[in-house]
Amino acid sequence: MKHFISTLLTSVISLGSLLLVLVLCGCDTEKPQMGGISPQKMADALHAVMESDRTVYTRNVVNRLVKDEKVIKASEHWKDDKALPLPAQMFRMGAEMVSEKNAGFIYSLLSMWPINKQNAPKTDAEKTGLKYVADNPGDNYYTEEALGGINYFTAIYADTAVAPACIDCHNEHKDSPRSDFKMGEVMGGVVVRIPLN
Amino acid sequence: MVLFSLMKNRSWFYGLSLTAIIGGYLTFSLLTDTNKWIFLPGETSHGHYQIEMKCSACHTPLMGVKQDACLHCHAEELKIANDTHPEKKFTDPRNADRIAILDATKCITCHVEHKPEMTHPMGLTLPKDYCFRCHVDIGEERPSHKDMGFETCASAGCHNFHDNRALYEDFLSQHFDEPDILDDPMLPALNMRHVRQLIEETTAKPLTAADQDAPPELSFDTTLLQEWESTVHAEAGVNCQGCHTQDGVWKNELTHEACKTCHTGEVDGFLSGRHGMRLAHALSPMNPSMARLPMKPDAHDKELTCTSCHSAHRFDRHYATVSACLSCHNDTHSLAYTESPHFILWKAEQDSNSEANRGVSCATCHLPREIHKQDGIEKTVVQHNQNDNLRPNEKMIRSVCMNCHGLGFSINALADTTLIKNNFNGHPSEHIESLDMVKQRWKK
Repeated sequence: MKHFISTLLTSVISLGSLLLVLVLCGCDTEKPQMGGISPQKMADALHAVMESDRTVYTRNVVNRLVKDEKVIKASEHWKDDKALPLPAQMFRMGAEMVSEKNAGFIYSLLSMWPINKQNAPKTDAEKTGLKYVADNPGDNYYTEEALGGINYFTAIYADTAVAPACIDCHNEHKDSPRSDFKMGEVMGGVVVRIPLN
Repeated sequence: MVLFSLMKNRSWFYGLSLTAIIGGYLTFSLLTDTNKWIFLPGETSHGHYQIEMKCSACHTPLMGVKQDACLHCHAEELKIANDTHPEKKFTDPRNADRIAILDATKCITCHVEHKPEMTHPMGLTLPKDYCFRCHVDIGEERPSHKDMGFETCASAGCHNFHDNRALYEDFLSQHFDEPDILDDPMLPALNMRHVRQLIEETTAKPLTAADQDAPPELSFDTTLLQEWESTVHAEAGVNCQGCHTQDGVWKNELTHEACKTCHTGEVDGFLSGRHGMRLAHALSPMNPSMARLPMKPDAHDKELTCTSCHSAHRFDRHYATVSACLSCHNDTHSLAYTESPHFILWKAEQDSNSEANRGVSCATCHLPREIHKQDGIEKTVVQHNQNDNLRPNEKMIRSVCMNCHGLGFSINALADTTLIKNNFNGHPSEHIESLDMVKQRWKK
């Protein structure tokens, strides 16, 4: 009897410990958590801020002052031309500053029709995701990818033409591969990456 | 007892003594700034050799390279140059495959020190065709580039890795068909006093020798007063105490720190260049005997401080623009200056035979006048880092050459090594095709 109780106790303790270890290791059915927020929720939240700021700058600063009021130019060479930075440059400058801060996520603005060829999709996730968000308006694309030995949660969101300034610039630029963008059309995508390990 | 037995065995004794002497010498060398040459793994590159005895400027105690050693001195110039390949462009994980091939996030990937046998111009220690690693398909985007060798990208006057301010396509497109010499060639006028009056909204009373405020007990040569009286310092109301009283204490001998009180940008520039970089690293001042460029033998002991070029009390700016330079520099380019068209223009201005700011001195090109704008006020300041626009020399195009010359002429002239040697006495024999290519593309 004594032997049976001892065996039972040992089994219960072992099973309990195993369960505890599993829970602590996060070996449950859910995706890895980051401080209680899933990578997808974090990426969506970050993108909401990025998209809003980008839209405000494009509509209320660039489009209003350049297209409507015609009081200042927006230029790729904004320092030399004493002009406003283009909305895409504004976005990228912010992305580079975030990158310097090592803030725990990275974002970029890419397109299947880039003016600067360095901003064309490069990784498999970028190629698939940019095509997906262009073909499926309103949908985002989520995946995981390994880059440089690090696993990332990668989210791709459509970047649409929100003001005439967007389409005019891209349609008229000598290096643009497309000259038929229309208002509201998907012109590229915002890629947000969150390291998982 | 042990020592006695060792002494009995003479080879042990000599061996230990020799080890102690060598060890002592090495330790002493490591602790002083003058004898560290023994630890140098190879000749240091131009510029850096001046501070090679200050190992800690670049190295960690265990002789690794400090992560921020390069940027500590060069970050600001890269920022001003709108660095085309900054570190932040490569930290995006989508560039991980590129970083694995060529880690452009680290300066030492391309610039390794103490390796003279593999160091190219600009301190590049990679094979010159490094651009192909990321731009291998450039021929598809730019058919005109299809058959060009990648070793020519950054060595033929068309592109630079960091500074392309005068070479980017849209800038070139704004300067097609400019004349060799512009219609109104002129340098920006210096305006520091005017700007100070605007900022401080006051006009200081000009001073004379009678106003001097040196301590009464101080005896000095009165010619110093006469010299001071004729300077802009006296004119702008800067009295003796203004410079000689530092932290409330009168000092006869002054360092660059005193000048920095008013001339912050100028002193910072001086300390960043080869004239002042030793002072910036708390080493003895540079003197021409340490230079790798040819220097006048009788100038070898001259120490380089602010007053080496701007003699104390007189602060003769005209002396500083040519004579000060030629009192030390003895290379072909410097010696050819007095035979050059630039010198003729400078002489005419000095002799009042031409308008102000038409002359071209040594300082015009090597200590260029830069226009900085703040609060809507344009301020012309002299860049006192005389190396700031030298490497690559295309850095000089916008800040110097284009005040008087067309862009095409400027690019060609700076690519012509013979013309540089004879101090631009003639017409460029080189022709860089970048403007032609841009013109062709824009026509399409």
